[in-house]
Amino acid sequence: MTGKATRGPRPDGRSFRIGTGAGGPGPRARDTSGHLWMLASGVIVAGVLAPVGGLVYYAAKGSGDLWPHLAGTILPAALQTTLLLLAGVGLIVSAVGVGTAWLVAMYRFPGRRLFEWALLLPLAVPTYIVAYAYLDVLHPVGPVQTAIRGVLGLASPRDLWFPEIRSLPGAIVLLGFVLYPYVYLPARALFMMQSPALVEVARTLGSSRRRVFWRVALPLARPAVAVGASLALMEALNDIGASEFLGVRTLTVAIYSTWVTRSSIEGAAQIALVMLAFVVLLVTLERAARRRQRFVSRSSKTRTAVPETLSGLGGLAATAACALPIAVGFLVPASYLVHHAARRLLEHGLPNAFPGWVANTLGVSAGATVATILAGLVIAYTGRFARHRAARSLVRLSSLGYAVPGTVLAAGMLMPFAGLDNLIADTWRGLTGERVGLILSSTGIVLVLGYAIRFLAVSSGGIEAGLTKIPPSLDMAARTLGARPLRTVARIHVPLLRPAIAAAGLLVFVDCMKELPLTLMLRPFNFETLATTVYGEAARGTYEDGSIAALTIVIAGLAPVIFLARSSFRDAPKASRRSPASDDAVVEATAAPAV
Amino acid sequence: MSKSSSLLAALAATVLTALPAVAAEVNVYTTREPGLAQPLFDAFTKETGITVNTIFMKEGLAERVAAEGANSPADLMMMVDFGNLADLADRGLTQPIESEALNQAVPESLRDPAGSWYALSARARVLYVSKDRVTDDKITYEDLADPKWKGKVCLRSGQHPYNTALIATVITKDGREAAKTWLEGVKANLARKPGGGDRDVAKDILAGLCDIGVGNSYYVGLMRSGSGGDEQKTWADAIEVVLPTFKDGKGTHVNVSGAALAKNAPNKDNAVKLMEFLVSEEAQEIYAKANFEYPVRAGVSPDPIIAELGQLTVDPTPVTDIVKNRKDASLLVDEVGFDN
Repeated sequence: MTGKATRGPRPDGRSFRIGTGAGGPGPRARDTSGHLWMLASGVIVAGVLAPVGGLVYYAAKGSGDLWPHLAGTILPAALQTTLLLLAGVGLIVSAVGVGTAWLVAMYRFPGRRLFEWALLLPLAVPTYIVAYAYLDVLHPVGPVQTAIRGVLGLASPRDLWFPEIRSLPGAIVLLGFVLYPYVYLPARALFMMQSPALVEVARTLGSSRRRVFWRVALPLARPAVAVGASLALMEALNDIGASEFLGVRTLTVAIYSTWVTRSSIEGAAQIALVMLAFVVLLVTLERAARRRQRFVSRSSKTRTAVPETLSGLGGLAATAACALPIAVGFLVPASYLVHHAARRLLEHGLPNAFPGWVANTLGVSAGATVATILAGLVIAYTGRFARHRAARSLVRLSSLGYAVPGTVLAAGMLMPFAGLDNLIADTWRGLTGERVGLILSSTGIVLVLGYAIRFLAVSSGGIEAGLTKIPPSLDMAARTLGARPLRTVARIHVPLLRPAIAAAGLLVFVDCMKELPLTLMLRPFNFETLATTVYGEAARGTYEDGSIAALTIVIAGLAPVIFLARSSFRDAPKASRRSPASDDAVVEATAAPAV
Repeated sequence: MSKSSSLLAALAATVLTALPAVAAEVNVYTTREPGLAQPLFDAFTKETGITVNTIFMKEGLAERVAAEGANSPADLMMMVDFGNLADLADRGLTQPIESEALNQAVPESLRDPAGSWYALSARARVLYVSKDRVTDDKITYEDLADPKWKGKVCLRSGQHPYNTALIATVITKDGREAAKTWLEGVKANLARKPGGGDRDVAKDILAGLCDIGVGNSYYVGLMRSGSGGDEQKTWADAIEVVLPTFKDGKGTHVNVSGAALAKNAPNKDNAVKLMEFLVSEEAQEIYAKANFEYPVRAGVSPDPIIAELGQLTVDPTPVTDIVKNRKDASLLVDEVGFDN
């Protein structure tokens, strides 16, 4: 600010600047702040890449004859199982997600207002808990088959044929009905935001509703569906708990046995990196395929669609179609947990350690959510302010953490984090002569960082999407009126972004609470969370003893999910009441893996 | 002294007393579930006043200790399975212990010759058979491949350490080729895909899905005692337990849980104290009563439910051989597509 800019006296005595003063909207100013953003993002992305680096370190040590062995034995079968699982889950999440979203967005039928948000409920239940619950409920000696035998008058479980849940189809159905909200959420918001005008145009031109769905709505929804489905598929691909219990041998399970049974972290890292490359390739191809598609959302000007009333059989069918996924993905596992938790509570009361589990879970999830949102803001702003091609690559790279199985990601984090921790400890000892131990890991900072790396995709994607809804003309106006960049952010962006940040934050929070593998491997001493408690009981076969903790995870996850649904789905009768960024923020907050 | 400075002093005092270096403690990384391990640690703390800090982990224990290196806070590493324990020593993560108490309490066959790890409890890999549908009480592990069990055998994943240790023993006794033929025979007899846990075997026998399966001895105790709920009693009531031998008739396959002293243990003395406590009569009783495991210490008897299963004769195959063949066993499981 030293005289380089042209200054002129103002009547009130304060000076004003013209042209290229620091903080002004000139090209040079953009460059410097752009570089700062790039630098900050670079640091964050380096953090995200650290575990991948850790895996590369292991992988580079070599794995002997692992690959010939895999290729000659389980690889073909594991590959086939994995692809079938992904195809099946992809089909179910897309069909259920888009179908129910279309119904609640375009029609009026009994229960619609309830379904609008209740369809999100399966988000609150971790997949491993769903698997435990169904194994028990659908077992030949479980309540369902016992009841059926009772009705049919069959004495032995052998007399009744019942589909085996411990199978690939079983896993596909379970995962599909738990993960579909990842598609439902963005698809519904998209139908609400973008379709009405187009739908009406198509209708006036003589298209039937069905035709409109296939020719207009579905193509419009494709980006949202693609991104939501890829998120669901990464969850399915990276799942170990449910697959292990359902006896489904995917590539991820192959990683696991290479590591655990044959003590070869090196081999496991190699398989994981190959899988990661595969995921990145798929996502890139999908993006390339729709690069030419551009849909401009004029959100602030849209109205909500006027739903058509479905009566009689049609209405009943719609109700059933929405009730089914909620029942399968939420009601059954939740009731199972309530049943068992109630029995334990009546017998023994709350476990003494319970408040500690809750406090640890909430504390570390909250800390991680704040860190993840801040990092997400930096990443998203880099995308906006730094106009390099490199900036976009940084944004993409930031979501790699979501594309690696949690257990493997945690293993990759051990080397870099412990390295940093040791560096701090040794430096401190060199300076003061004191032994402080591993500060980052003993304080839980490593765990918070781990969550942030894993879930950064969820926050950066959501915030980025919210940010693109703020037209650059607003920035320009603010700057023209003399606001500096940070002030612009604080006074213009943050208020407009609030729904996007809230949505992303809630999703990250729920994800952190459910997270298991990172928590198990990276936590400090004497640090039990709800998820680790559930796992500790499940691992020794006493699932029911974990039911209180499991139910608490679901309940704690419910609040954010319902809040999320309510705050962003509130049907605004007047368009002006709706914040322009809100629905799209929700779209992108779930549909975030911008790998 | 002003109010704020006295507040500061109080705060500093709190922080200082909270510093870990002051307290007598021992840090344990364990893959044993808290429900099993905590009663033992509580008893130790009560007796010695030494605090036990724990992290319960699943996989990644060895990797974490290795990555933490010289500054690692880990004193003791507790794991199940010979292979996992031997692996810790192979990676150079352990240091040998010289303790008369340990050497006297733990039989030579159940500890590392160099003192790098010690077994603390044992469990037998037994057969669960249907009470109603199976009458034989002399069955060998090799019999599981007998075609008469076609469509009647259930067990968990072949890649589970409990199973790979069993397969490694067969490799040691009969060679790789014979073991492969055996494993193919077992696979041909499977009633369902391998998966779930050992308890599911009992549950599936109750359901009539299978007649015979492989499971660990202590699960029988957990189920029969009702500590896992009434439901599990009905599962256990459906089965009879057979203590099998290999076809050489020498004994039943046994695996262990054990512990090793970390190479860079900051609280080495307390760690050795804890290990010695874990093989004391008091702790071995807890292993026997609460976990239904076989004590490693002579003179401590197993829980009555476990004693009822019959006199356990341990197969004498040296642990070092089992450990050596563990990888081959895991590769065999893949080769015959056991889990597919």
